[in-house]
Amino acid sequence: MADNVTPRVRVPSSASAGEDITIKTLISHPMESGQRKDKEGNTIPRSIINRFVTTFNGETVIDVTMEPAISTNPYFEFVSKVPESGTFEFTWYDDDGSVYTESKDITVE
Amino acid sequence: MNLSRRRTLALGAAAAIFLPRIGWADATTDAIAEFTGGADLTEGGALKLTAPEIAENGNTVPIEVDAPGAEAILILATGNPNPDVGTFHFGPLSGAQMASTRIRLAGTQDVVAVAKMADGTFQRASQEVKVTIGGCGG
Amino acid sequence: MLFRTMTAMALVLGATTAQAEGPELVINGEIPITTRAPAPEHMEYVREVMSGWEFRSPETQAFEADDFENPGMIFAEDGRTAFSQPLGDTDQSCASCHESPETLAGARAVYPKWDPEREEVQTIEMQINECITERAGAEAWGYTSQPMTNMSALLASVSRGMPVNVAIDGPAHDTWLQGKEIYYTRYGQLELSCANCHEDNYGNMIRADHLSQGQINGFPTYRLKNAKLNSVHDRFKGCVRDTRAETFSPGSPEFIALELYVASRGNGLSVEGPAVRN
Repeated sequence: MADNVTPRVRVPSSASAGEDITIKTLISHPMESGQRKDKEGNTIPRSIINRFVTTFNGETVIDVTMEPAISTNPYFEFVSKVPESGTFEFTWYDDDGSVYTESKDITVE
Repeated sequence: MNLSRRRTLALGAAAAIFLPRIGWADATTDAIAEFTGGADLTEGGALKLTAPEIAENGNTVPIEVDAPGAEAILILATGNPNPDVGTFHFGPLSGAQMASTRIRLAGTQDVVAVAKMADGTFQRASQEVKVTIGGCGG
Repeated sequence: MLFRTMTAMALVLGATTAQAEGPELVINGEIPITTRAPAPEHMEYVREVMSGWEFRSPETQAFEADDFENPGMIFAEDGRTAFSQPLGDTDQSCASCHESPETLAGARAVYPKWDPEREEVQTIEMQINECITERAGAEAWGYTSQPMTNMSALLASVSRGMPVNVAIDGPAHDTWLQGKEIYYTRYGQLELSCANCHEDNYGNMIRADHLSQGQINGFPTYRLKNAKLNSVHDRFKGCVRDTRAETFSPGSPEFIALELYVASRGNGLSVEGPAVRN
């Protein structure tokens, strides 16, 4: 597992009925591309987060396939419907099999 | 064939100039074909790709794609060693078929987005991003 | 959506205040940052001082407007976690003496400063290490190590918006003069002084890049170039190395003096770290 991977998300704590909300996510991760070489000239093996998924009450909001051309500390911003109060689940999948998750509740008024 | 020195040089230069480009274009074309299944692409539709004209550093270039009604949007960096950047798949709870992220560009190049629309058609948009060679800062 | 709005905002602001000022930086919609200020009196050749933010593209500038979009804040948050964790094998943490990072708001703005007990000018890194070794009895952190830079980013972040105000008179004056001497001395095979680039040529291009005034109010700084947080002395080292000189070391008396002098050239600008630069 890459060191010190911390997911963070920004979701409003409440929304009015029918309102779409903007979500921002950022996860600290080196996204080692597999293109770089170390001081001895050996290729540093690829080690990236290759997929990011957001669901709300179990239904998909966005599912992103990620390649090494996504920058260090991957950032995403997107828009979600919120049909009722519930929970967002955010999941990042690492090349090395690690899975990082975060969840946020939202109340629809 | 009796090649003069000049013609040999010219051929060599032509090969040097065109071969790598064909190679890269192929990788991009292949990636698009894989995404579209060979379907036609239209330009100038609902798909919008926003990227800076000039990026101060290629390591972290903010981009945004927006295609109302799209099911998925593929992003390619045509001048990178591997043009694949990522694909956004929008689920049933997507509030707007838009997304922003930050990408790596190996140099000045065209960034291409291809959107798969709900009716099965495909749209394409592209923008050139100039990646500056830094001073001491870059 | 946001991206376009911000660019549009920058354009509108740029158009309405076209005389000398460009867009303005307000962090999280609540911390206004002074990115241009009248030059401090001691500066003979510059009328207005400008944060490095002023020299960056709208896209790079936008990274700093919101803590969530500023990757430097990842490290400040790591610093916040460390703030209440035990130092080394001790049962002491920063929080044992300082209730919260916020109680240290304002500290960043006045460092480097004279320490009467030690009778020397101290940078904030030296002060942090003094706390770690003398108060907590733990082992010092490396001058430009990750924990140190994270902590310095945290201390900068809680002082954002406050004016840089380092003292250059009194007992610190000799150190300040030494720093000024270094600033105007040509180093390396390229025979370049700090002033050659950052005073004589700010705003001009160096290759495809704009030269800034070399202000340090935004340090430590997250650079897109290396995607990490960079300490002031590491940046000094990079500059001196680029003149093809043997550089001074981070934490050396020369760099401490230079930091005091360069900081004093930014008196009046806001503390802005962790800033985002290219």
